[in-house]
Amino acid sequence: MKIILDKQQLQLTLQRLSHQLLENEPDLNQTVFIGLQPRGVKVSDKIIETIRQLNPEDKVQYGVLDITFYRDDIRNELHVANKTDITFSIEGKKVVLIDDVLYTGRTIRAALDALQDFGRPQKVELCVLVDRRFNRELPIQPDYCGKAIDTITSQKVKVEWEREEVVLY
Amino acid sequence: MQLSTKHLLGIKDLTPQDISTILSTATEFKGVLQRQIKKVPSLRDITIVNLFYENSTRTRISFELAEKRLSADTINFTASGSSAAKGETLLDTVNNILSMKVDMVVMRHSASGAPHFLAKHIPAAIVNAGDGINEHPTQALLDAFSIKESLGTLEGKKVVLIGDIMHSRVALSNIYLLNKMGAEVMVAGPPTLIPKYIAEALNVKVEYNLKKALQWCDVANVLRIQLERQNQVLFSSLREYNLAYGVSKKLLDSLNKEIVVMHPGPINRGVELDSDVADGTHSIILQQVENGVAVRMAVLYLLSGAKPTAN
Repeated sequence: MKIILDKQQLQLTLQRLSHQLLENEPDLNQTVFIGLQPRGVKVSDKIIETIRQLNPEDKVQYGVLDITFYRDDIRNELHVANKTDITFSIEGKKVVLIDDVLYTGRTIRAALDALQDFGRPQKVELCVLVDRRFNRELPIQPDYCGKAIDTITSQKVKVEWEREEVVLY
Repeated sequence: MQLSTKHLLGIKDLTPQDISTILSTATEFKGVLQRQIKKVPSLRDITIVNLFYENSTRTRISFELAEKRLSADTINFTASGSSAAKGETLLDTVNNILSMKVDMVVMRHSASGAPHFLAKHIPAAIVNAGDGINEHPTQALLDAFSIKESLGTLEGKKVVLIGDIMHSRVALSNIYLLNKMGAEVMVAGPPTLIPKYIAEALNVKVEYNLKKALQWCDVANVLRIQLERQNQVLFSSLREYNLAYGVSKKLLDSLNKEIVVMHPGPINRGVELDSDVADGTHSIILQQVENGVAVRMAVLYLLSGAKPTAN
């Protein structure tokens, strides 16, 4: 077991991601944030909290997306569906997808599929807390990344929210 | 996550956990149905045959829509106009259909136990869409879903099933389900339409007085008088039935409480249910139909994954 981000580093990283997002999205009316169920939502909740604190006047459009029904492995294993909650239009908007760990890229592939059913965004970007580079199975890269790490397939990366740490097992 | 069963033959075989899984999955599918694009790709590798040996409007359309919303390929079979009319057996018909690479069978049959028989002989997953006077599991699931939507929970709620309990597969499935999920169940109707030992056999209360039953309940699920399944006269006339057991606005207004009124359809207006109730504010009949698609999507989705031949 190895700690990739300790409590202080995790907080700093989340702060940095929030600031980076704000830096690049000057018009919050034209940008929507979508956390990916189930684990990405923890990250997006924190980031959105910070963005709202920094921009108390602006209305931040934030939703959560569940990709269970769009997975490419449902014949191997069925997963429990979680709530999808997108109450605004994404048509013509810039969408920032937020997840905790980017690994094979298959979740993001499914998320892009799911997103299409809600409309045609002008642009989609990806923000992840941890990028397990070199493990990608699809041509997907993050636009915002908390920390990039090199891992092998047998390892596991987990964000332990109770201890506020990112751990490599 | 998986259901404890490969087929949905009846609520009798499901665990409370299975029922909860189906209902919570259905909630997410209801969300899908409210989107602009009401479709997900989950079952695009699956072919489903809808085998209807008995008439149906709601159930057949609902299943077909559920299948299409899941991107499955569908074929429809109705007994009239098929080789079943030439005397082909059920098993032969189904094996012929399955040889054309069909993965799941949705089936309605007038013989109780027909889907159970089929489940023993074919590899495909079977969903019972009503078998004779035995069970109609997806109807009970959508009823439960609708009750949960209206009242928040099933646990501790009092549900009365009114009318033709004897011939109703909807009643039997509802009784199994509500008991498993911790609701209290009562059956009400004329003694001739209520099986004699039902109270002990199925753990339900029995009431022959409609007003008392309505006074007791939170939900009244009014069943259709099934004239086609009655081969003897069990009450003197439809008018008399309506007078004694028809749910009317006047009767509901005379209660000192609000109750939810459901009906599995098709309604015999003016027999078991008066029009002003069916179309009134107590009624959630059309919500039931709407929820039916989401619940059937959940069932098909959850059973499709349990399919061992899928790889």
